[in-house]
Amino acid sequence: MTENNERRVISVIVINEASVLSRITDLFSGRGYNITSLTVAPIPESKYSRLTIVTSGSVRVIEQITKQLHKLIPVLRVYEHADLVEKEMALIKFPITENLSDINTLCEAYNGKIVNVGENMIIAMVSDEPKRVENFLTAIKRYNPKEIVRSGAVALER
Amino acid sequence: MQISGAQMVIEAFIAEGVDTVFGYPGGAIMNVYDEIYKQDKFKHILNRHEQASIHAAEGYAKASGKVGVAMITSGPGFTNAVTGLADAYMDSIPLVVVSGQVPMSLIGTDAFQEIDAVGISRSCTKHNYLVTDAKDLPRILKEAFYIANSGRPGPVHVDIPKDVTAQIEEFNYDIEINLETYKPHTKGNPRQIKKAMEAIANAKRPLFYLGGGIINANAAYEVRDFVHKTGIPAVETFMARGVLSYDDDLLIGMLGMHGSYASNMAMSETDLVIALGARFDDRVTGKLSEFAKNAGVIHVDIDPASISKLVNADFPIVGDVKNVVNDMLNLIDKVNSDNYESWRDTVNNFDELHPLTFHEDSDRLKPQWVISRVGELLGDDANISTDVGQHQMWTSQFYPFNRPRQFISSGGLGTMGFGFPAALGVKAATPEKISINFTGDGSILMNCQELMTAVEQKLPVINIILNNNFLGMVRQWQTLFYNKRHAETDLSVQPDFVKLSEAFGGIGYRVHTKEEFDAALKDAIEKNVVAFIEVKVERMENVMPMVPAGGSLFNMMLLEKKEK
Repeated sequence: MTENNERRVISVIVINEASVLSRITDLFSGRGYNITSLTVAPIPESKYSRLTIVTSGSVRVIEQITKQLHKLIPVLRVYEHADLVEKEMALIKFPITENLSDINTLCEAYNGKIVNVGENMIIAMVSDEPKRVENFLTAIKRYNPKEIVRSGAVALER
Repeated sequence: MQISGAQMVIEAFIAEGVDTVFGYPGGAIMNVYDEIYKQDKFKHILNRHEQASIHAAEGYAKASGKVGVAMITSGPGFTNAVTGLADAYMDSIPLVVVSGQVPMSLIGTDAFQEIDAVGISRSCTKHNYLVTDAKDLPRILKEAFYIANSGRPGPVHVDIPKDVTAQIEEFNYDIEINLETYKPHTKGNPRQIKKAMEAIANAKRPLFYLGGGIINANAAYEVRDFVHKTGIPAVETFMARGVLSYDDDLLIGMLGMHGSYASNMAMSETDLVIALGARFDDRVTGKLSEFAKNAGVIHVDIDPASISKLVNADFPIVGDVKNVVNDMLNLIDKVNSDNYESWRDTVNNFDELHPLTFHEDSDRLKPQWVISRVGELLGDDANISTDVGQHQMWTSQFYPFNRPRQFISSGGLGTMGFGFPAALGVKAATPEKISINFTGDGSILMNCQELMTAVEQKLPVINIILNNNFLGMVRQWQTLFYNKRHAETDLSVQPDFVKLSEAFGGIGYRVHTKEEFDAALKDAIEKNVVAFIEVKVERMENVMPMVPAGGSLFNMMLLEKKEK
């Protein structure tokens, strides 16, 4: 791939039915494109679901993929976002022996907090723009996180 | 009425006006075959391989303009059919293919003859369904026929587990299709159409680039009208042969890798490409950056994903080409055909410089002569199918096509073994025409079991085998680009094609001379049974002109000129 591979966010509204997800991901895998993250959830009070796909690729290929996505029978709408609000959540497990007030303060700076306390471990969550979540995950490395789960991005056009 | 899933399939076919089904039975589809046995509303043609069933349905669909229907069983029945599905998908052929599946309770257990059929067909069909409840079957079948034959046509696959075909439910086919997410755009944008017509009026060297979409849209006669009223020269793609008649003054010829010199030069010199139902395939464009380099592009297509996919369109028009051409005809006053007089002369000069021809300079018959001769003798009376390779290109170059749906061939996927079964479908759809399949000694062996189908069903397809004892097209590339290293393309070891046909109950001829060929063709037509006419042709003949893969259209290898 010699062309610029920029990060792109695509939202797809689809009928909520079996096999629809593989129809969509096939379009990426068939072209050798990787999906960075993908979230799906039903849209309330409708038969549709909304997917948010984060990927990277050349303008030309992404344009082609969005057209092909639109061509799939169960796809209602495809948005390739330019101006959008993006959020992502992460859950992180820390040993309880770490400095909990430090961790809590950091989480608060990223719209989060400690959400669960166990015998040996605590679980904290943050929710912010994907770029900021990434910064947070770098910053907390010193507190020996044992497990990290990221939700993948969700996005809405402004 | 309360009927089984299997009966629903039959009732849906009848309601859709299906008169011919191609297929092959097996365990998982037996309930449906039991219902086929009980009915007499449509004919079932038993092919001898599932791939052939799909190709036959394709031939039927292409010749008739209706949806082709095929039925197969699960597992190997389905996987055998995949090549056919992919072929139909590439060439936008409307099909409904019903396959059996193991019972719901066994899905995912590695059951006997189980395969994830919808998982496989997803990437080579327009749409597919796994039916999990017979209640859904009427809707799914109705949607399948609608989706197959609307918008950009294509194959739709319906996979039905065996227990679903046994399930009894209410059948009501009188339902409205309501697909909120699928609404093909058939009407072109009037403002874009107006702008496109202005661009045509202002162009000095415009060129029609006619594609197979015109045939799918049944728009050939509107396009003929449009071409004649504008006086603009036209090139056809391989898939569009027959849109204009071969003797049309404005038809330059086929363009692309084996296009005529004049067509490829016209495409390189034009200042406005008017693409109608064509998709800028790599075999057509050659090197993209050099393709119609100085031209604006009007691109009319039903499929938005085809527009600006490879070549940027200055005037993109999404719509059914028939509607759009009719709208353009309403604005025809803008265009003055006299303006293109000198451009027409230029194009004619290209053609005089290097006309499409061949030399009769060998002891053996030339394949191009055979094709031209059939054209002279049968012309419009025959429907022509081909397999894939050199003979296919020569057929497109030298047969005098003069109507749409006369030429049936595997363009996009290039499937060897397509021609014979497709010709069976063509003959089933148009029994009044002679069905000729031009094939090669390589291709014919890929579905020669269909001799049995042809004999049983009395489908007298005439297969003209242009035998050069080579896998000719690959041999040509090896000769030209691999320093004559003819790896695995020498087919000197061959069956006796005459006996092969006779073994199945067909007739066979082996011919070496023009006289023998004429006599064999005449005899085959009179006898009216399936025939192999094996023609021993010149072994080393190349298809010319040729644009080497990835080269620019104007850089053609040409037939050497001979002084007579």
